[in-house]
Amino acid sequence: MTNQIIQFSKDELARYNRHIIIPDFGIEAQSKLKASKVLVVGSGGLGSPLLLYLAAAGVGTLGIVDFDVVDDSNLHRQVLFGIEDVGKPKVDAAKRRLESLNPYIQIKTYNTRITSSNILEILSEYDVVADGTDNFPTRYLVNDAAVLTGKTNVYASIFQFEGQVAVFNYRNAQGELGPNYRDLYPTPPPPGLVPNCAEAGVLGVLPGIIGSLQGLEVIKVITGIGEPLSGRFFTFDALSFETRTFNISRNPANPLNGINPTIHSLIDYEAFCGLKLAEESLVNEISVKELFSWQKSGEDFQLIDVREPHEYEIANIGGELIPLATIENSIEKIDRSKKVVVHCKMGGRSAKAIKQLQEQFGFVNVYNLKGGIIAWIDEVQPELKKY
Amino acid sequence: MPTIIIPTPLRKFTNNNSRLELNANTIQDLVNELTLNFPDLKKHLLDEKGNLRSFINIFVGNDDIRNLQQEQTVLKKDAIISIIPAIAGGTSI
Repeated sequence: MTNQIIQFSKDELARYNRHIIIPDFGIEAQSKLKASKVLVVGSGGLGSPLLLYLAAAGVGTLGIVDFDVVDDSNLHRQVLFGIEDVGKPKVDAAKRRLESLNPYIQIKTYNTRITSSNILEILSEYDVVADGTDNFPTRYLVNDAAVLTGKTNVYASIFQFEGQVAVFNYRNAQGELGPNYRDLYPTPPPPGLVPNCAEAGVLGVLPGIIGSLQGLEVIKVITGIGEPLSGRFFTFDALSFETRTFNISRNPANPLNGINPTIHSLIDYEAFCGLKLAEESLVNEISVKELFSWQKSGEDFQLIDVREPHEYEIANIGGELIPLATIENSIEKIDRSKKVVVHCKMGGRSAKAIKQLQEQFGFVNVYNLKGGIIAWIDEVQPELKKY
Repeated sequence: MPTIIIPTPLRKFTNNNSRLELNANTIQDLVNELTLNFPDLKKHLLDEKGNLRSFINIFVGNDDIRNLQQEQTVLKKDAIISIIPAIAGGTSI
């Protein structure tokens, strides 16, 4: 954080009054907030409350990275956005909302997917990064970039009814460095194994709770008040309303900053998380148009849907439901004597299913429906419900 | 008996049980007992060599078993054991 002299206008002092009058906070902590620069990666479920509270609290510069556009299915949890924002870039909608909330802060937007090639440049402008993303490759990317550049990474993650929060790579007043994500989880789950996010979903209020806790930790890290959640790992189970805070520590085998570091620069995180493997393996594909013409011409084939039952209920195209995790136990249901088309929501899970069918069970007659049921709805049956 | 808390993503392999009491003296016993009772859980907890997977953390009370005696960590009768998997968010792919 810079050493510039921070001054507040009369309006700002009025706005931040309830902060300033807290005895252990005061104008000093408020000044630190104003001087700070925080990069928020992802402006979705976690990013929404996080950005709202950081903007309202007076964080001087907020950076927002997101490549996505606002979708109807976001609105049950992404409280930054309203129906008028649907179809618009999230970063633009977020900026508008936050500027109307607090005109005294700077907001920089990056309407792009964060990658190994742009993260270091973007991150160089900020003091702290807050990771509110929704996938493993970006989690490892943000963690590694934070460790390699010596920045604190305030982490939060959610899955269905569970949330996690931690402060990673935090150096305390004594100069001691806390653990990072790789100390806790050296490698990600391979695709297809629980807990992979493919069969996810989330209760809308959960990211509100967890993203707010993430905002709290960002503010503590910046202002130095209290004890940041470094060296500890917080979990919340919304169903049982149980919270637990575990002790975590640095792992000497951490490839980034353990005893013998082996990673000195950013890597290909898609490949690291095994996602490219599924795409790159020889999986035959079929387009939705081809599938439609097969159906029309009476071609003999079996259609398998590897999504979850709740997704099937929302929309289906008549495939036989065999969720990805149950493929192994349902092999006898899959025909070896004719063409088999496998689909999921967008083509990722079905590619994994096919890889498993080919490699473990020797199937040679399976095709992946490119773009999944979403492409089918876009191009063939727009009357079906999209999710 | 020690109590093990099952995280949401793994509950579908434990008949939706979120807490189980299992007769076990060590983490090793506990994992054996758990995967014997719920065989579908095995591949999510253990790799091909039978080692705990790196994206699964196990805590006894508040402490990571990596800072105790790993799988040989002895469990008291009233121990609470938590399995904490890596979770990344809600994206469907």
